[in-house]
Amino acid sequence: MAGEATGGGLNIDPMSQFVVKVPSWLGGGNVEWYSITNVTLWMGLTVLAIAGLLIFGTRRRAIVPNRSQSIAEVIYGFIHSMVEDIAGKEGLKFFPYIFTIFMFILVANVLGLLPMSFTTTSHIAVTALMAVAIFIAVTILGFVKNGTKFLSLFWISSAPLPLRPILAIIELISYFVRPISHSIRLAGNMMAGHALVKVFAGFAGALGIFGVFPVLAVAILYPLETLVAVIQAYVFTILTCVYLNDALHPHH
Amino acid sequence: MAVEGDLVAMGQFIGAGLACTGMGGAAVGVGHVVGNYLSGALRNPAAAAGQTATMFIGIAFAEALGIFSFLVALLLMFAL
Repeated sequence: MAGEATGGGLNIDPMSQFVVKVPSWLGGGNVEWYSITNVTLWMGLTVLAIAGLLIFGTRRRAIVPNRSQSIAEVIYGFIHSMVEDIAGKEGLKFFPYIFTIFMFILVANVLGLLPMSFTTTSHIAVTALMAVAIFIAVTILGFVKNGTKFLSLFWISSAPLPLRPILAIIELISYFVRPISHSIRLAGNMMAGHALVKVFAGFAGALGIFGVFPVLAVAILYPLETLVAVIQAYVFTILTCVYLNDALHPHH
Repeated sequence: MAVEGDLVAMGQFIGAGLACTGMGGAAVGVGHVVGNYLSGALRNPAAAAGQTATMFIGIAFAEALGIFSFLVALLLMFAL
């Protein structure tokens, strides 16, 4: 995806930040299946950051929590109540998985905002893996829990009878499109935001003294991107809960 | 045959740009969802907190259709 937007004298290459490569201090060279790329590196840092927050945050378990304990508790309670509200009591069995997904996406998105870092969630390969895993898991779960009654998700009994076959086709399409929209929403938001910031940063280099305005624009965009990073993690998780709810209670 | 290749590339870029106009529809949809949520929330602030999750689900579904046009643009740019 590199090298699409060069030209016009401006040396702006917003997509080069998304290239998967082996960092030079890790040996450089070609990307093989075993090589430690920047994706592996930042995913590892994400996992380390989450483990650090949750292990050190909950180690003391004080009644009056310190800073890291409150962060861990607030996130835990927030996701717990979200799963319970949307997927019901039965959905709480899957809370650890949903919490893992939320923490991974949130921390990966926020780490990606650091300058010179790599946003692992900006790659469709990463988000599609999570979305397809959720899609397959939810479909199997629906059939295991409800048997053939799971198909009533597509046969809407509250609609007039002549409309039902048409609605069934629409529901079927929208069901199979779920992993696509689920994964591209996150990857597209991350990629577009980072490319936008990079384009403005490129203007700053090209404009000389007037480069102060693009820098101001970046300063305004940056909190917006932070907001988007958190909201997209939330949206990904809430949609996982909605799909889980469809599998557990497929009645319209 | 350089002309033919240029024409194909031009078609790709124009098509990708046209496909991106579909994302404007998603913007209208998302704005509509949030605007209606806000007008409802200002009439009955007590019930607003319980409906933020519903608002985000609505945003996600409205946004999904814009994502498909983005997908078409991506396919035109990188997959052809």
